[in-house]
Amino acid sequence: MSASTSRSRMRPMAPHLEIWRWGPAMAVSILHRAAGQAMAFVGIPVFLWFLYALASGTDAWVPFARHAGAWYGQVVLIGLSWAFFEHLTSGLRHFVMDVGAGYELDTNNSWSWAVPAIAIVLTALFWAAIYLR
Amino acid sequence: MGNGTSIGRVRGLGSSKHGAGHWLVQRYTAIGNLILIPWLLISLALLPGYDFPTVHDWAARPLTATLLALICINTFYHARLGVQVFMEDYVHEEGNAFAVKTLLNIVPLAASVFGIICVLRIALSATTGGAA
Repeated sequence: MSASTSRSRMRPMAPHLEIWRWGPAMAVSILHRAAGQAMAFVGIPVFLWFLYALASGTDAWVPFARHAGAWYGQVVLIGLSWAFFEHLTSGLRHFVMDVGAGYELDTNNSWSWAVPAIAIVLTALFWAAIYLR
Repeated sequence: MGNGTSIGRVRGLGSSKHGAGHWLVQRYTAIGNLILIPWLLISLALLPGYDFPTVHDWAARPLTATLLALICINTFYHARLGVQVFMEDYVHEEGNAFAVKTLLNIVPLAASVFGIICVLRIALSATTGGAA
């Protein structure tokens, strides 16, 4: 216990952890995490419920479909689809940054604003395709 | 590589354990998700209705079932890696960190197996209407 504590004390640490202010890149970064965790902890259970209901027959499907179609179910599904599109666009931004591009301040700021905007547009288009068909 | 400050002593050494592999697999599985999840969303949006026979017929097709099973593997593993990063950043107390690591090595695998079993049952069930 004491050995591991002293070892972790020796690990290097960034010197300015507490000196920062909000910027668009930080907002899109934390949104990426929040959306990912939301899909892991809510999206996967909903997806498994969907598969379980389909595998079990109409008796299991009917309550699933009723909850999914109710207003609160639609809120959850719209929220999950937004989380997906946010995570998708933000993830594509990460792919660009992984190759070392897009770090210029102006470029970085404008894409950090564009990512959540594009995600909202994609979410709206997706649900428009379902509701308006 | 310097030897004065603690950051100078480790700079350039790369990750200490399996970080690079984790980082890469996170991205490989992300590319898979880039195909699988838009396919899922577009397919669901294009279904003529959401009654049991319609959705079941769609899910039971071999290609659909394959892709649904791939989601249970690829997407769930991507989620497991993402939750691991999240927990490593925010869970510091040693006992909690151990508990989280244990759960991360059990729950996502169990979820994948459960999902795949469901997909197999759907794909191998003969007709519409359901058994129960």
